[in-house]
This record gives sequence, C-alpha cells and structure tokens, in this order.
Amino acid sequence: MKNSDLLHETYSALSANKARSGLTMLGIIIGIASVIAMTAIGQGAQNSVSASIESIGANLLLVMPGAVRTFGGPSGGRGGAQSLTVADADAIASQVSNVAGVVREVSAREQVVGTGTNTNTNIIGTEPAYLPVRNVAIDEGNFITDQNVASGDKVAVLGPTARDDLFGAGATGVVGQTVRINGGEYTIVGIIVAKGGSGFSNADDVIYVPYTTAQRYLSGNKYLSEIDVQAVSSDVATLVQNDVTTLLLTQHNISDPTKADFNVLNEASIIATASSVTGTFTALLAAVAGISLVVGGIGIMNMMLTTVTERTREIGLRKAIGAKKSDINKQFLVEAIMLTFIGGVIGVILGWLISFGVTQLGILQASVSLSSIILAFCVSAAIGIIFGYYPARRAAQLSPIDALRYE
Amino acid sequence: MIEIKDITKTYKTGDVEFQALRGVSFIIKDGEFVAIMGPSGSGKSTLMHILGALDNPTDGTYFLDGKDVSKLTDDELADIRKDKIGFVFQSFNLLPRTTVLRNVILPLIYDGINPNEREERAKKALVLAGLDEGHFLNLSNQLSGGQIQRVAIARALVNNPSLILADEPTGNLDSKTSEIVLGTFQKLNKELGRTIILITHEQDIAEHADRILFIKDGLLEHREPHIKRIAKN
Repeated sequence: MKNSDLLHETYSALSANKARSGLTMLGIIIGIASVIAMTAIGQGAQNSVSASIESIGANLLLVMPGAVRTFGGPSGGRGGAQSLTVADADAIASQVSNVAGVVREVSAREQVVGTGTNTNTNIIGTEPAYLPVRNVAIDEGNFITDQNVASGDKVAVLGPTARDDLFGAGATGVVGQTVRINGGEYTIVGIIVAKGGSGFSNADDVIYVPYTTAQRYLSGNKYLSEIDVQAVSSDVATLVQNDVTTLLLTQHNISDPTKADFNVLNEASIIATASSVTGTFTALLAAVAGISLVVGGIGIMNMMLTTVTERTREIGLRKAIGAKKSDINKQFLVEAIMLTFIGGVIGVILGWLISFGVTQLGILQASVSLSSIILAFCVSAAIGIIFGYYPARRAAQLSPIDALRYE
Repeated sequence: MIEIKDITKTYKTGDVEFQALRGVSFIIKDGEFVAIMGPSGSGKSTLMHILGALDNPTDGTYFLDGKDVSKLTDDELADIRKDKIGFVFQSFNLLPRTTVLRNVILPLIYDGINPNEREERAKKALVLAGLDEGHFLNLSNQLSGGQIQRVAIARALVNNPSLILADEPTGNLDSKTSEIVLGTFQKLNKELGRTIILITHEQDIAEHADRILFIKDGLLEHREPHIKRIAKN
C-alpha cells in the first residue's frame, strides 16, 4: 500500500465519524495546549522574577545587618541588629578592590503627609551614588546631592507611586512643594522614573532623603540599615563578596565567621534561588498538564478500540482482498497518529493563543519557547504510537473469516 | 486449475473436536463454472474458506495453478488472495460512505498499482459487471441491492483472479435481481472464460452452474448428473 493511499484511507476513516474524531482529538488538544500554556506562563514568571531582581542594579552585593538569612530580597526593612556604620561603608569604599560604587542606606517606614492626603511608605535615606548603583533614573528635578548629604538637608525625592498617593495620580508640578515626614517638613526636589511594581515589592512606592537626614530625624542613631556594593563586573562579584565579608569581620572584631553580625547577599545567588523556585513551579504546572495529555491519549486508545470493533467486517474484507497484517496494522496506527498529530497542531495554536491572551491581559509576559512546541509535537506523535499500537495490533490479528462473519 | 486432495479440517473448542471436512478431493479446470451445494453445517463454508485461501486445511493438499497453498503463512495466503482470488459475499461487504469506483479500486491499492492504471481497470471491471457508468461516483450506500452486488462482482474481477469465489451471492437479493446477478456470472464464465465457484444451499441457484458438487457431513456425495435434469423438471 502506498503512503498516499494510506493517507487517503485515514482521511476517509476519520472524516466518516467527524464528531467522534473531534471529541477524541479534544483530549489531545487540551493536553497539548495546557502543556504549552503552562510552560509559557512558568517561563514568563521566571523571566519576570529575574528581571525584577536585576532591575535593582547590576552586579550588586547587599550588606545587611544581623545574622545570615537564607533568603532575603531587597525589601528595605531594618535588620534585627544595628551593626553597620558609615565607617564600615567608608572602609569598603577605600579598601576593597574591584568596587564600582558603595551606597549607604538608612530605611524606615513612616507616615507621610502631602496636600491633605497621607500615606504610609518606605523612606530610604541614601546618597547620590544610589542612582547608578541601583539603576534608578530621574524623571523630573534632581536627585539628592552630595551637598544635601553633607549638610543633612530636609529634601525628598519621590517615587511615582508615592507621588500619586500624596498628590493624585499623574500630578505635575510637584517639585518644589513640601511633604511632612515624621513631623519634619521636606522640600521635594525630584521624581524618579517608574520601575514597575511587579516582583517582591513596589519599587516605586518610596521616598528618598539624604541618609544623614534620615539618621538624624528618622532613626535617631548613627547606624546604617544597608550598604550596597557594586562590583565592577559579574566575574568578580563573588571575590568582592568575600573581600567585603573579611573586611567587615575585621572591622567588627569578629574572629568566627559564623558569628558575623551582618551578611552579604550576592544578587546572582538571589536570582539563582528565585529561579529554582519558579523552575520547580513550572515543572509542577507542566506535570499537571502532562497528566491531562496522558488522559487524552487514553481517550485515543478507547476510540481506536471501539473503531476496531465497529469495523471488524471492514477489516475482514480488506484481508480477504489481500491486505496483510502489516497493512491493517499500519492503517490503524496511522489513524491514531493522525488524530494526535492534528490534535497536537491545534493544541499548540490554542496554547499559544492562551499565552498570548495572558500577555495581552497584562497578567504576565508569557513566553512560548520553540523547544516546548517541538516537544509537544513529539509527545503527541509518541502518544499516537503508544496508544494506537494496541488497537492496531488487535485489528491486525483478527482472522479474516471471523471478521467477515462478525455481525 | 484447482486440485484438492484429501482435504480435512478439524476445529478444536477446548477438548471438543469437530471435523468439518473429512477428506474431500476434486479437480476444477480453468474456465469451469462449478456450484458447491450442501445444507448448512455440511462443511461447504469451511471448504470455501480453504478454496479462498482464507484458512489452511488441517490435512491434505490444495494446488492452485500448480502451487501448493495448503501450508502457507498468513501473509503468503494474503498474497494468494490478492493475486489469484476474487470474492463475492452474501452481505456484499462494500465500504460504506465510499464511492463505487473507490470500492472497486481497493484490491489494487493493496497491490500497489498506480492511480491511473487502477482507475482504468476498475472502470473496465464495472462495465463487465454490468453497472452503468452513471453510478461510478455514487456512494455505495446509495445503490440498490442488485447494483451493490454488481459492484462487488467488479471488485472480485478487478485483480484478474484465477478464481472467482461467490459465497451465497444471491442470499440477500430478490429472485429477479438474483437472476440478473447469476446471468452476470454466466456471462463472465462463457464470454471471458473466468473460473467461477458458486457456493449455495439452493438447488435452483446451483443449477446455473455447469457442474454441481454436493457436500454433506464433510464429504462429497457422488450424484449422477441426470439428477440435476430430473430435479429441474
């Protein structure tokens, strides 16, 4: 039997019972579509987490007070211990090599009053180097200057969300007005460019002031809540991390590294941890989708077995006019593969549409990878072979006499 | 030429053995039109299966065109059926929802004949079987019983078989249509020299053949030819 004839026979067999073929295919369509969509969404989540971590700045090391934590994001809150000082930051800047920038930070959460409205937001006391190190850009006005830091001026730079909360969404002409933080009156000197709120916390819901001002009026002590160290390249990030750790241990007179009263987080390791979490999540989603694919495959087998029983006479006739076992086997196997293959194509399109819809709705930037499409095709063809094999074999083994006699 | 010698066939169901054929021998020459007649349970269906290379005999030999086909494998039997035998069944066994032409082409598909040639051959066979050209592209379930059986005859003819084997071909047809179908067989036999074996349990159907083999309880009965003539009167 020629291949073109095989396809013709398959087509007429499948189109003879369109409703049943369609419903059977639906199982595969849903299975493949969910595998595609789930992996796309999982991949999207992974990308978005990585992107939001990277957006806090490149090659960044975060020095936090307190004991070592296994996982910590860039959430500002002050650590349990007060152990980092301005002197520590100065020492890092002067003694550790391969450092591109050091930023002192004092953070607090305060009630802030604008024109009649008030909000509770993050206050970060910092210095000019914050802009390049943390990858922040100014939208309007200026950032805190060295002069502001030196003299402890009461100036504030607002994040877009903080501005919206205090002055109304998209308010203009905010620069030059004042806000009250913890009873003190601060002049607004600038607004930063929105970074986007996805990820762990909203990076736009923030107010920056000079760190000296924050120490004097908000925290009331000489400690820092965080020191950001930017390595010159990602290659030396780990080296810088070790150097900073060694230096601070000396500074704090601690001989046993396990008793350190600070910890140094490497951005790369944060991304790795977050990626492994989202990776597990993706695998879980794909596994659930994979189960539905197997169920779809069983549906194919069920239909093919029914078909073989229904077409027993036809099989008998084909054998009587000269079809070999292998001809019958091939015919039924190709029918099953055709079902799963067409189902696979439709499933890929549907899965892609779902991912597209998720992206369009702004839920997540889902990304359909070529590898998942190829995998889906291979899996659907494999399911056709696996679940079509047994029914096809049953058909091929039928004796022509019994098959012709079958009522 | 068909040469059957001491054919036996035993069916086993658990411990029970049933001997459907108990040593049948005969020769059918090329171009003969032979009817095999017998009551139900006589073994004529079993004989038909063996003649049609659908089954192997338990014992004995079966030479078809000089080739021993009594001990072949399933696939070798399939090849014999493909090349040398054409079947016409009582229940027609056309593929439903498939055109007449496609039904007749079907045996040639398994033979790997190319599309143009097989369409030519199928059309020729349909004309020989006496079907109007206007019906060639009809679906098989749109035809009358007589037309369907002609399509089945055309399908049996299309591979130029050495032997056409008709198993109760008129069993599902009324007497008028039966006459037409039997006339077609006679025509194929007389004008084209086809070897035809007709299996039936009805005397008047069997009498359309040149020779009748009677089978009863798995054995051939030797009846004198004139019995046929007496019975007709």
